[in-house]
Amino acid sequence: MPIRSLVSYSIERVEVLGPDGTVDEALMPELGAEQIRTLYGQMVLTRQFDERMFKMQRQGRLGTFARVAGQEGAHVGAAFALRPDDWLVPAFREIGALVLRGVPLAQLLQYWSGDERGAAVPKELRTLPVSIPVGTHMLHAVGIAWAMKQAGETAAALTFFGEGATSEGDFSEALNMAGVFKVPVVFFCQNNHYAISLPYTKQTASTTVAQKALAYGMFGVQVDGNDVFAVYRVTKEALERARIGHEPTLIEADTYRVTDHTTSDDARRYRTDEEVEVWRLRDPIERLGGYMRGKGLLDDVGAAQVLAEADRKVAEAVVAFEAISPPGPEEIFDHLYAELTPPLAEQQAELMARLARRR
Amino acid sequence: MARLNIVEAIDQALQQEMQLDPKVVILGEDVGRDGGVFRVTDGLVQRFGEERVIDSPLAESGIVGMAIGMAVAGYHPVAEIQFSGFVYPAYDQLVSHAARLRNRSRGEFTVPLVVRMPYGGGIRALEHHSESMEAIFAHVPGLKVVIPADPYEAKGLLASAVRDPDPVIFFEPARVYRAIKMEVPDEPYTLPIGKARVVREGKDVTLIAWGAQVRTIRDAAQRLEAEGAADVEVVDVRTLSPFDFETVTASVAKTGRAIIVHEAPRTCGFGGEISAQLMERAVLHLKSPVVRITGFDTIPPLAKLEDYYQPDVETVMETVKNLPDF
Repeated sequence: MPIRSLVSYSIERVEVLGPDGTVDEALMPELGAEQIRTLYGQMVLTRQFDERMFKMQRQGRLGTFARVAGQEGAHVGAAFALRPDDWLVPAFREIGALVLRGVPLAQLLQYWSGDERGAAVPKELRTLPVSIPVGTHMLHAVGIAWAMKQAGETAAALTFFGEGATSEGDFSEALNMAGVFKVPVVFFCQNNHYAISLPYTKQTASTTVAQKALAYGMFGVQVDGNDVFAVYRVTKEALERARIGHEPTLIEADTYRVTDHTTSDDARRYRTDEEVEVWRLRDPIERLGGYMRGKGLLDDVGAAQVLAEADRKVAEAVVAFEAISPPGPEEIFDHLYAELTPPLAEQQAELMARLARRR
Repeated sequence: MARLNIVEAIDQALQQEMQLDPKVVILGEDVGRDGGVFRVTDGLVQRFGEERVIDSPLAESGIVGMAIGMAVAGYHPVAEIQFSGFVYPAYDQLVSHAARLRNRSRGEFTVPLVVRMPYGGGIRALEHHSESMEAIFAHVPGLKVVIPADPYEAKGLLASAVRDPDPVIFFEPARVYRAIKMEVPDEPYTLPIGKARVVREGKDVTLIAWGAQVRTIRDAAQRLEAEGAADVEVVDVRTLSPFDFETVTASVAKTGRAIIVHEAPRTCGFGGEISAQLMERAVLHLKSPVVRITGFDTIPPLAKLEDYYQPDVETVMETVKNLPDF
């Protein structure tokens, strides 16, 4: 009997906007001038916010957090394709996406300053709070997508994660469940090439993250993650396939973390400045700005205005954040269960009595 | 002798154990080139190479599961879990396999494995980085649970853990990783697993703790003595499993009073086990009820409220002063 080939595959990479600011018109997604300006404004806002958060962390006003600089094209571009009735299930390196979903900047500052109330994302935003245990949350997107399908909603769930998360068992379980149950979910991997110090080539022997989709019976595609038009196009298509056909997709956005992993990390221990410099030249904001200038959508004055507007929003958020009164110690107990249980009530009283004695 | 902190002491212990035994290997996330996120494995990959200091993919179950296999095949793996809050994917491997293989195979196959991980609060960390869940490991038959309190202890106990024929969960108190510096012998040495340590002798009351809370009870003891309020005996449990009830019982038999301090949640915390042991072994010596000072049965709060959660010196002192007599 001859040996037969059962499966063969190829993985596509989508690029629309080149480093020189020119686009492949055939692949250019439908975006009006106003939408492009909004997209640019959101990416700049994300960059400025990230920078300000970094400074505040260094001043001791915020705790450790994961910077997003250089990844705005990937996660802002993807979130831009979401509709309000879609769900977003984030990891922890997508601040720009959370802002785009309507989470107030001051609330994000509150969370990263070590105040739980900052994770109280308004329910109607259909956006879960950040999830820190790597890779564990993608399954939640699958469950949410299943529920939307049951309810007959034509909406989808999008979940973010990094390439490091693809090594966790839960990643496989999430993709498998999504494939088996055919639920409207989009898995969006920000492959930023490093999981703390571990480079992509040591994370997986797979040429791409995207090809991992095939083993689970779903569509996988790689996209230039610093090309916001390509990211938007691919994500929008995936969301539509999910909403209408209940077809899950795995998207790999090829991007790069130009900063340290978190404010506790020192990336110089494991990679060269030269390598980072190469990626800085592929900056997603510069690239979009270059395109807009070519199309007459942006000039020096306009760029300065966008920057000033972003800085103004960030400054306002910092003021609002600093006006928030500190949480009370009694709150430690209040949200464990729907109702305060007797043991917790006793412990709460114990703490409050202790504090009263010391006052 | 050199003055080392806990991070440096463990790094030195790992280096010496690797030198003494070519079968000792390290694996975990960022343990190689980065030297670990707390720098505990700093310099080891440069010295021993990537075959013995293995940067693993981001997969806790993978790390521990693979380490079990390596241990079965004759290695002595020292696996690092970056924070104890991320160990749960590996819990299945620990409970279902590491803890059971010797028993299941009637001793044919064994798992001489160490799983190191920073734990505990007080470092103003993110969610999942401050938990103190040692009791759920001490509850598993077949696992040993060791928690050092200072650099000298850390070096000696880790050396013993590496040489131990069975799986050892080695919790490192992140709060005092760098906060305590002390003289540590340059040469390799071991400290016994399964033996508690009387840190300070006293006659009025026994304070019992492990990890970072040993510093809390020691400070409380010193201040109580300075105030002339009580003469306090301080016991560092060191090993939750196997638990050294002899040392703890002897101390409480002497003082007649016991206070157990841990930052883990109160319900089913290891303090409950010690209290029960004392009731069974020393009840007739007791002059006061055995008391626990613990974290609350809540998620450890983030930075803004964290200090309210941690047992502190004042609470310990207050409790000692107000112990009721039978």
